[in-house]
Amino acid sequence: MYDVAIIGAGITGCSIAYELGKYNVNAVVIEKENDVAVGTTKANSAIIHGGYDPIPGSLMAKYNIRGNQYIKELCKKLDVPFKQIGALIVAFEEKEEKTLEELKQRGEKNGVPDMEIWDQETLRKEEPNISEKAIKALFSPNVGIISPWELAIALGEMAALNGVEFKLNTEVTDIKKNNDSYEIKTNNGTVEAKYICNAAGVNADKVNEYTNKKSFTIKPNKGEYYLLDKSQGELVNHVIFQCPNKYGKGVLVSPTVHGNLIVGPNSQPTDGDDVSTSTDGLSFVRNTALKSVPGINFRESIRNFAGVRARTKEDDFFIFEDEENKGFFNISGMASPGLSSAPAIAVDLLKMMEESGLCLEAKKEIKDERKVNRFKKLSDEERAALIKENPLYGKIICRCETVTEGEIVDAIHRPIPATSIDAVKRRCNAGMGRCQGGFCGPRVQEIISRELNIPLEDVPQDRVGMNIITGETKTGGAR
Amino acid sequence: MKYDVIVVGGGPAGLAAAVEASKNGADKILVVERDQELGGILNQCIHNGFGLHYFKEELTGPEYANKFIEMLAKTNIEVMLDTMVLDVDEEKKCVHAMNKKNGYMVLEGKALILNMGCRERTRGAIAIPGDRPAGVFTAGAAQRYVNIEGYMVGKKVLILGSGDIGLIMARRMSLEGAKVVGCVELCPYSNGLTRNIVQCLEDYDIPLYLSHTITDIKGDKRVEQVTVQKVDEKNQPIPGTEIIFDVDTVLLSVGLIPENELTRAAGITMDPRTNGPVVFENMETSAEGIFASGNVVHVHDLVDFVTAESQKAGRSAAEYVKNGEAEDQTYIELKNGDCVGYTVPQKIRPANVDKMVEVMFRVRNVYRDVAIKVTSGGEELASFKREHMAPGEMEKIVIPKAFLDKVKNGEITVSVEKVGA
Repeated sequence: MYDVAIIGAGITGCSIAYELGKYNVNAVVIEKENDVAVGTTKANSAIIHGGYDPIPGSLMAKYNIRGNQYIKELCKKLDVPFKQIGALIVAFEEKEEKTLEELKQRGEKNGVPDMEIWDQETLRKEEPNISEKAIKALFSPNVGIISPWELAIALGEMAALNGVEFKLNTEVTDIKKNNDSYEIKTNNGTVEAKYICNAAGVNADKVNEYTNKKSFTIKPNKGEYYLLDKSQGELVNHVIFQCPNKYGKGVLVSPTVHGNLIVGPNSQPTDGDDVSTSTDGLSFVRNTALKSVPGINFRESIRNFAGVRARTKEDDFFIFEDEENKGFFNISGMASPGLSSAPAIAVDLLKMMEESGLCLEAKKEIKDERKVNRFKKLSDEERAALIKENPLYGKIICRCETVTEGEIVDAIHRPIPATSIDAVKRRCNAGMGRCQGGFCGPRVQEIISRELNIPLEDVPQDRVGMNIITGETKTGGAR
Repeated sequence: MKYDVIVVGGGPAGLAAAVEASKNGADKILVVERDQELGGILNQCIHNGFGLHYFKEELTGPEYANKFIEMLAKTNIEVMLDTMVLDVDEEKKCVHAMNKKNGYMVLEGKALILNMGCRERTRGAIAIPGDRPAGVFTAGAAQRYVNIEGYMVGKKVLILGSGDIGLIMARRMSLEGAKVVGCVELCPYSNGLTRNIVQCLEDYDIPLYLSHTITDIKGDKRVEQVTVQKVDEKNQPIPGTEIIFDVDTVLLSVGLIPENELTRAAGITMDPRTNGPVVFENMETSAEGIFASGNVVHVHDLVDFVTAESQKAGRSAAEYVKNGEAEDQTYIELKNGDCVGYTVPQKIRPANVDKMVEVMFRVRNVYRDVAIKVTSGGEELASFKREHMAPGEMEKIVIPKAFLDKVKNGEITVSVEKVGA
């Protein structure tokens, strides 16, 4: 019997697991996929928002502000790529200038520090590639760019090192309430726990309704993106937003923390797991982005993707203990600024669980620091020293992103191991570059097969069943 | 320790450049190759058709590579395998490289030759919409799985793009028992060599859909269904022309991009038309003593031409090591006139030209009964007739030195005109 079962290993589930790892609590994370951070957490704008957008008094406002601070601390401690580059919300016509003023006032009410309105001259000086039609902008210096999946992976890894169990490839099929515990049925056996944290993202309403009365509905909403080559990564210096409208925060143009340019998203109601892109969606994203930054060269595109927002019609987070079923907590409706808020929500959630009777006794010793070898970021001397120590760092596997065999082997043997080509990519960037794994994919596949001692054919691209190889050739090739 | 010549890349271009530099008197030559063997992409090209121009016989890719590897073995050229070049220092002519055995190295050369080749355009580069299941490969990546690793990548295959690798893989997958249901090409003409259209598609009854493209890919874990649509003159899909293919694999042969990350980072002048460095008549780049040849300069159709161009680079590097730069650096700029997409070289220094200079170029569209015109300041220097020209076939003309002396304004324009126009 576990004290706490967390359902879902996205940024929300991993944040809760990380906080629980600090206490003598027997906790388990249940995830239907073969890795953490593979739902909404891996497919979003990769922004830590400032907090000027949510309605004052909302949970979104409260946790965005707190999360913005807390995430900076976490990224430093856990070696997660993060850069505080600030955001610009750009006005193109007079009536939008009013929106900027409103946002600034809202931000100040929410507690966003140091916001400024920039005139056209300042804007053009700081952002030479911005459209000439941009007349004013609101500057929010506290906005950052992040590698969202790496944050979730880091939090998950620390949780695992501090004793939280991760059950991957485990899908919840039903939940039964016993006297003082819950029986969670999965495709992988039954898990019993006193407390449940429902962090199932887009599927949170479904998980809630296994035992509880309907209390919220997730309305999945899809956003499509372009990711462009590093040749476009310095086109802008800030996260460039247009004024928010009824479709959301609109299409942004931003450098990524990995040096690329991200452009998107649009906003389309969708089914739960549909992450397909469309001709119309991508063309809308392209044309809207060009309004902000006319010089984007879309011929330098390296990838398109779509992510799903777990929106609710109330447009706020739902963080509560079920009224009838005590010990069942929902952390849902984690649409934007969900990523920015999740780590701070987890801190408060533990307090809520403690009030509900969970005993939180701090561990005497915990691991709370993490360091990742990133060959590309090292100086020549550091590189030489690292190769001397471990020759695997002397072999480049991913040419586009300069990722060594050492980093890939490390990714495979982390506390939450990478078992697919894309899982390796999320941990050390191999395959993230302009050739999109064309060269390194087969080699990463070989290394996973070798390190985990599984047949090459069984190493998937990403999720279980996404097989690359369909069999052997007639002669078995030159092997 | 200083090398005379450091060659970055041990594919067909690097091999030819190194061997030729050695033949022409360069003494200490180093070839740095990132793979575990020399030969580059030729190693996975097990079909024949290589060497018809250069060796006057039909060879497979590995056989072609091997001829040069044997030539190299007879010289004192040093080879570093499994070694990645991370940086090229344009000023000091240093190469930063590393491998497991030697660790991190800074290698100095009197001359450098860049022979990094090219890579394939991917699904992301052309933004094919739809789901993102497994089963979408670039043709070259699939070729590696099949020919080197011995694994099949699919059972029912649709090919996008009629580039040569795509055509070759249509035949290869068919021979291995896969069903290739079609080859889809955006342009109204094929981009591959005619002989490949005949031998790889027609001989296997694989239909070629010209002016078509993929507009949707469906599949949860593996590709399940692909939608193909006809396109109009602006390459926009025409509603109502959808063809649905139930396939588990899509192979992409949608273009090659010279791999010039090192070149760009070194600050060497690039040509946006070729995506390669701007080169002079002797394959020297904008950086003195740094040469480039093969697919890193512009994508070639035939390895034979890569060899010829790289031999030129090898000779020039050896000459540079011996005698330094020619004193007279005055150059003529080659301008692209009507119908011409690019030229290589982009600049010619008459002082460096002995008897004549070869100019390679590609046209922008398919043309019949035309003439290639070489003009300077409105005056025609030369004219060459062609019955048929296509973007998929690289053109070569030879300009005698005598003509260069007639150039007054420092410019030569190469254009293609309808005969009689």
